[in-house]
Amino acid sequence: MTPELAIAGVMLVALVIYTLSAGADFGGGAWTLLASGKRAEDQRQLVDDAIGPIWEANHVWLILVVVLLFVCFPGAFAAASTALHVPLSVMLIGIVLRGSAFAFLHVYTHEEQAHDPVPRRFSRVFAVASLITPVTLGVTLGALSTGIRVDTATGLVQTDFISEWLAPFPFAAGLFTLCLFAFLAAVYLAYEAQDTDPELSEIFRRRALISAALVFVTALLAFLAALRGAPIIHTGLRASAFALPLHLATGVAAVLAIALLWRRRLQAARLAAMAQVALIVVGWALAQYPYLVFPDLTIAGAAAPRPVLVAVLVALAVGAVVLVPALVYLLVIFKRHRVGQRVDAGH
Amino acid sequence: MTDLLAARSQMAMSLAFHIIFAVVGMGMPLLMTLAERRFLRRGDPLDRLLARRWASGTAIMFAVGAVSGTALSFELGLLWPKFMAFAGPIVGMPFSLEGFAFFLEAIFLGIYLYGWDRVSPRAHWLAGVMVLLSGTASAAFVLCANAWMNTPRGYTLAADGSLLSVDPFAAMWTPAALPEILHMTFAAFASVGFAVAGIHAFMLLRRPGAAFHRRALGLALAVGGVFACLQPLTGDLAAKHVAEHQPVKLAAMEGHWDTKRCVGLSLGGWPDEEAEVTRWSVEIPCGLSFLAFGDPGAEVKGLKDVPRADRPPVAITHVAFQIMVACGMAMLAVSALAAYRRLRGLDLAAPWFLRLLVLSAPLGIIAIEAGWTVTEVGRQPWVVQDVLRTADAVTPMPHLVVPFVTFTLLYLVLGVTVIVLLTRKVFTAPEEFE
Repeated sequence: MTPELAIAGVMLVALVIYTLSAGADFGGGAWTLLASGKRAEDQRQLVDDAIGPIWEANHVWLILVVVLLFVCFPGAFAAASTALHVPLSVMLIGIVLRGSAFAFLHVYTHEEQAHDPVPRRFSRVFAVASLITPVTLGVTLGALSTGIRVDTATGLVQTDFISEWLAPFPFAAGLFTLCLFAFLAAVYLAYEAQDTDPELSEIFRRRALISAALVFVTALLAFLAALRGAPIIHTGLRASAFALPLHLATGVAAVLAIALLWRRRLQAARLAAMAQVALIVVGWALAQYPYLVFPDLTIAGAAAPRPVLVAVLVALAVGAVVLVPALVYLLVIFKRHRVGQRVDAGH
Repeated sequence: MTDLLAARSQMAMSLAFHIIFAVVGMGMPLLMTLAERRFLRRGDPLDRLLARRWASGTAIMFAVGAVSGTALSFELGLLWPKFMAFAGPIVGMPFSLEGFAFFLEAIFLGIYLYGWDRVSPRAHWLAGVMVLLSGTASAAFVLCANAWMNTPRGYTLAADGSLLSVDPFAAMWTPAALPEILHMTFAAFASVGFAVAGIHAFMLLRRPGAAFHRRALGLALAVGGVFACLQPLTGDLAAKHVAEHQPVKLAAMEGHWDTKRCVGLSLGGWPDEEAEVTRWSVEIPCGLSFLAFGDPGAEVKGLKDVPRADRPPVAITHVAFQIMVACGMAMLAVSALAAYRRLRGLDLAAPWFLRLLVLSAPLGIIAIEAGWTVTEVGRQPWVVQDVLRTADAVTPMPHLVVPFVTFTLLYLVLGVTVIVLLTRKVFTAPEEFE
């Protein structure tokens, strides 16, 4: 395995973990927006408790992907951030507003959050901003498949700054990403409330089922849009040697997740949903392979000089030795007991 | 507004915004852990309460710092794709390590903020220490990357200008790295100490004798004072480094035009870039030669030796430098006064002294903003000193004024919200300790 392929692999792993962790945090924001009924406040509170201690650590996986991209595949980073300036800027606004509003909300006690108009407004900003990032993230990744033309000799990007992303496929991918994140969040929340609040758990179980259907519909939409808009996805999803077993596995996981949700086997459903989402991200990456930015920048072609890649791999290994125990420690402290026993943030 | 100016303005605005939160993310963990350690040793609940209050302020500041930092990592590409395509691989090592440091900081801050009742008191305090260490390390790595822009090393170019080879560790540890790291981390601790002391001084003026604020003031002022007194040493180191490696920046900082020996240190004044003179400044004879090179007779290069196209904006650089030094000197004086009053057993909460502390509260932050203006504007027209011009690094994207205005408004709203929340929610004392 070449070092650039190893780093691309690490980026894929980081992207999968980001989707499974931060993706669900964004999905939680979507459920905050959609909280309704007599128990709307409890729904918001459940989301709040579930993501409070961990969202900032989850968020760092995205930074890791970006840093690895600009260090190890600088041309791809430059091309993508030039042509996709608009969706990336909008994504940043979403990231900034979501994180800030969530932190602002937490200055208030649970009582104030429920009744005081100011924290209610922060909650609303947090929820709306949580929709922006998944959509623009999907648009961005979709546009990498649609294609950005780069003159490989000069590194110059040939773009009108709009047509790469303002197209059916990137937006279908954005919608799909949003539904996927909402689905993950609903499954997690149903599981996390299972013992402490069965009624609340039931609400999110139903929502998980509905969003599973939406995931299916938007996936179909994206696939159809890819026929014309991103042929690489279309051929890649069917043609490569991995394609068939991968799709079978994704399909099995998806069906399993729904069946387990149906039968209220929530812990197992959570694992099946995680597998499904991880396989979808891996499937997209394999369809995209060997391109980072279709059709001019491949993993091998865009890679930085070898000493850089080797040094980064060493740094990643050393970093992992420090990071993994710390991350496990964090999750053991906060996810060992299910959420629902309220965590008091500094009051 | 040209696209280049809009891009530079957006970058400057984003950095100026982020840096405040980054600095607080370093300084507050030091204050929190000191307060909590006092609690662990002496068992006074007031110290624990103080640590909790400061922690809840840190939570907001850290979150805004984290998201504005994320925005910056993207903005590097959104605004300067050609800079990143060139520099990304070379400065990759510090950026990768910074990623890990930031990761650790986020993890342990999560444990610190939400884990008061979930881990043992000692483990909780250690989580705070980890936040402090990883936050400071994170800043140090970013400074390594900035140092490379000032003193680029560790790579060779092919004849066509493409990157031939990279020595990632030589690129990470360039001559500017150590002075920048020391000067900036000390600045962070000094400015946060002064800002926090000033805020609690303000509260004490309104409610004299509140034990909560007295304790907070004492601790914050001690931290701010110690680092403010040490800061001239790191500043001297940084200046000597600039003199050696970036003579044009030094000349702009001083508004110094003619290359000669025994150059005076000019205080204040306004450089006239057209006429190539600095007016109305007070000169200390041979001061610059002595401070920069340790020899009053040393020759200092002047701006007239540099083609106009290669000169930084002199007035901005010079004035920003004067502001930074003036703020630093004022903080040093206040620290010395505080130390004197403490040693003589005089009350630190005397109303006139509290008023002085309130006035001093923003000095550190102003000095930091001014100092970064010196570093960045003083390096112009280069984004990488003598290697890549800022104008050649900017994105071809048109209408850059739109994102500039949008992000400026966004950060303005966030900044105001943070200030309101901090004053209403964080720095007020709970009633039982009034």
